Amino acid sequence: MPVLTERKTQPQYDVIVVGSGAGGGMAAMILALNGVKVLMIEAGRNYEPVKETPMFHTPEMAPLRGAATPDRPFGFYDSNIGGWQVAGEPYTNKQGTEGDFWWWRARMLGGRTNHWGRISLRFGEFDFKPKSRDGLGVDWPMNYEDMAPWYDRVEQLIGVYGENDGIANAPNSSPGVLMPPPKPRVGELLAKKSGRKIGVPVVAAHRAVLSQPMDWKNLPKVLFPNNPKAQEILGKDMMSRAACFWATNCIRGCSIRANFQSTTVLLPPALATGNLDIITDAMVREVVMDDSGKATGVHYIDKVTRRDAIAKARVVILAASTCETSRILLNSKARDKAGLANSSGQVGRNLMDSVGTRLGAHIPAMEDLPPMNEDGAGGLHTYVPWWLVHDHAKLGFARGYHIEMGGGRQMPEAKSFGYLDSTSPGVYGRKLKDEARRYYGAQFGFSGRGEMLPNKDCYSELDPNVVDQWGIPVLRFHWKWSDHEIKQAEHMQQTFAAMIEGMGGKAKPLSGADAIQRPGEIIHEVGTARMGDKAAESVTNQYCQTWDVKNLFLMDGSVLPSNPDKNPTLTILALAWRSSEWLMEEMKRGNV
Amino acid sequence: MKNDPLPAISRRHALKGLISGAAGAAAVPAIAATNHTEPAPPAHPSRFVFHDPDFMGALKFPWEKLLSAEELATTLALADLILPKDETSPAASEVGVPEFINEWVSADYPAHQEDRETIRGGIGWLNTESFKRFSGRFEELGVDQQSQIVDDICGAAKVKPEHHVGAVFFKRFRQLCVGGYYSHSQTWKSLGYVGNISLGGPFPGVLPEVIEKLGLQDVV
Repeated sequence: MPVLTERKTQPQYDVIVVGSGAGGGMAAMILALNGVKVLMIEAGRNYEPVKETPMFHTPEMAPLRGAATPDRPFGFYDSNIGGWQVAGEPYTNKQGTEGDFWWWRARMLGGRTNHWGRISLRFGEFDFKPKSRDGLGVDWPMNYEDMAPWYDRVEQLIGVYGENDGIANAPNSSPGVLMPPPKPRVGELLAKKSGRKIGVPVVAAHRAVLSQPMDWKNLPKVLFPNNPKAQEILGKDMMSRAACFWATNCIRGCSIRANFQSTTVLLPPALATGNLDIITDAMVREVVMDDSGKATGVHYIDKVTRRDAIAKARVVILAASTCETSRILLNSKARDKAGLANSSGQVGRNLMDSVGTRLGAHIPAMEDLPPMNEDGAGGLHTYVPWWLVHDHAKLGFARGYHIEMGGGRQMPEAKSFGYLDSTSPGVYGRKLKDEARRYYGAQFGFSGRGEMLPNKDCYSELDPNVVDQWGIPVLRFHWKWSDHEIKQAEHMQQTFAAMIEGMGGKAKPLSGADAIQRPGEIIHEVGTARMGDKAAESVTNQYCQTWDVKNLFLMDGSVLPSNPDKNPTLTILALAWRSSEWLMEEMKRGNV
Repeated sequence: MKNDPLPAISRRHALKGLISGAAGAAAVPAIAATNHTEPAPPAHPSRFVFHDPDFMGALKFPWEKLLSAEELATTLALADLILPKDETSPAASEVGVPEFINEWVSADYPAHQEDRETIRGGIGWLNTESFKRFSGRFEELGVDQQSQIVDDICGAAKVKPEHHVGAVFFKRFRQLCVGGYYSHSQTWKSLGYVGNISLGGPFPGVLPEVIEKLGLQDVV
């Protein structure tokens, strides 16, 4: 078993990958499938979704009926170990910040891919060249055309349902790549009808959930054309992934491996190669350098024994999650007090989250409908891509948002019945049960996920005074929204209200400033080590290689130069695959 | 603490409760900077049920349950008055609502500590009122007598100032009661939730009669 339970690593590897989520999992799998000897280092514990996922557990089996608590903010059955607070691993916010940043961490194998919403949207042509279009932020060092084949490959590898809609800046996948989307639920159809009246397009969501079995006979050949071993391993693995059986929320994880988690889709084939060792409960403190300016490995704390240890390799890939990756760079000070790979001064800068707001309402048309099973794919079946991409001049804010939606007959939970306060005040006894039956399933809501602009006031740095329980200096955050985000949040609220009114509900939209959720709350934080085409202005090139250290790569959200409204996981996966292939070529050429 | 299977955890969390309030800064050692975020929680044992639950094992409630036998009896009586047994669904007490409310008010989080005051104070208020009017504890009264008191605090009619405390209690109690009741899977069929079962083939979508009723034919 290559999960190193004896806690002894090999003396030397080809590549060390720090982190086991979307970026780290993808890098490790691609490298291992190609014969590269990889050590993966994960700060959390080993986690086995096939054995540990509470698929059909009902609320009464859990303490507090499974309700959300400060320790488990997405409910008891959420798969995440960690959250916005991690025991013994604090962070701080800097004096003068305009909003405390909430930093989400996952401390488990697979990282936050175990918990995420599986929403898989490609960045579009405008997203890669935002500055060329509106003069704000920075352009990416590549085009959509450079990335399109990698998006195709990732979608085929992990399985994504959706449709091609031909909407500007919401790219189509190549023919045959997407799986068919599940039919919409009743609230989603009502939203679609409402949207038609006001020009808001409700279309099939794109989510990393298998809506049918995988084409395990053909896909491996398409994805790994000259690699029989990879084809054999992937073929077996894809065959053993089941299609969604339309029950249980994806954030619990998936024991039948119908949705994408690093732990169910990337790590099993990577381990099957025999080329991957994984050490869990190992917290990387810094990258170790030699005198020539090359990375030689990493220094980590073995959390089980609390001993320091060094692992060595020819190449180091950091994929520890956006802020943790830049934290490791800032803490790696052997050569430069400003931190490693930071000659541009950009490490820690340009921190971005998504703009988030939400609005829900009671929809009378959904009352008293016959019972229908609306569990579906464990997440949304429809969404709204940004539809005003050509209208920014008159909108007053620079970038767009997409709309997610949900409601209806979801699994009843302890906090699901707040609406009875307004629909049925003063009622008790048998009549209360009648009212609960009438109104259950008649709630529906929208949430927006919008692009924020990078700005000089949003950053993370080392706190000079605080260390975590392992003695590692912690991050200190500073944040300030710009007017672009506040106005965008206001626009979201007005749109949601119009959608709700069109569905026959009564909406109470908030102002943008009141509606905007906390920095970090949407858990799409990216930036802090952006890629670019000039070493003076960026931390890595377009292949995630740091300009300053040729054998050091960053393969997570940290390298994103902008944060389009489309949730970042799919792009992190595509970047990691593309960069890993380039890395292997560079290793063959002897450049790394 | 006599029923507490994990006294060490309980003590640690009692401590957490003390320091997570006004003196939150004390939770971070002397190295804490000014203007820090909420302090990180103290290091839990690795599989603490609210940090890293073992979903495949027994999920034990980690804190001492605080309601007395008498408080639980009143809770049961009021819960069954609010959600009585009917032809298609059980009474609140048959699906563990009193035990759920006991867990809820015993949990060591700030919101639950507030509920603890509201619920325990309200139970006391209810029994005081019950003694004043009918010379007995609430759970000893008949349904008609119980209803007379509840009608004064449920909010259906304007609440008199002297019943204000009872009304605040009743509103929160009803919320918890309904939440505890319908979060039990035995109530779902009667409510109209028919999910949490595996389905083969494609997802079936919306029933044809619903599409017709709501005029959704052109968006299917």
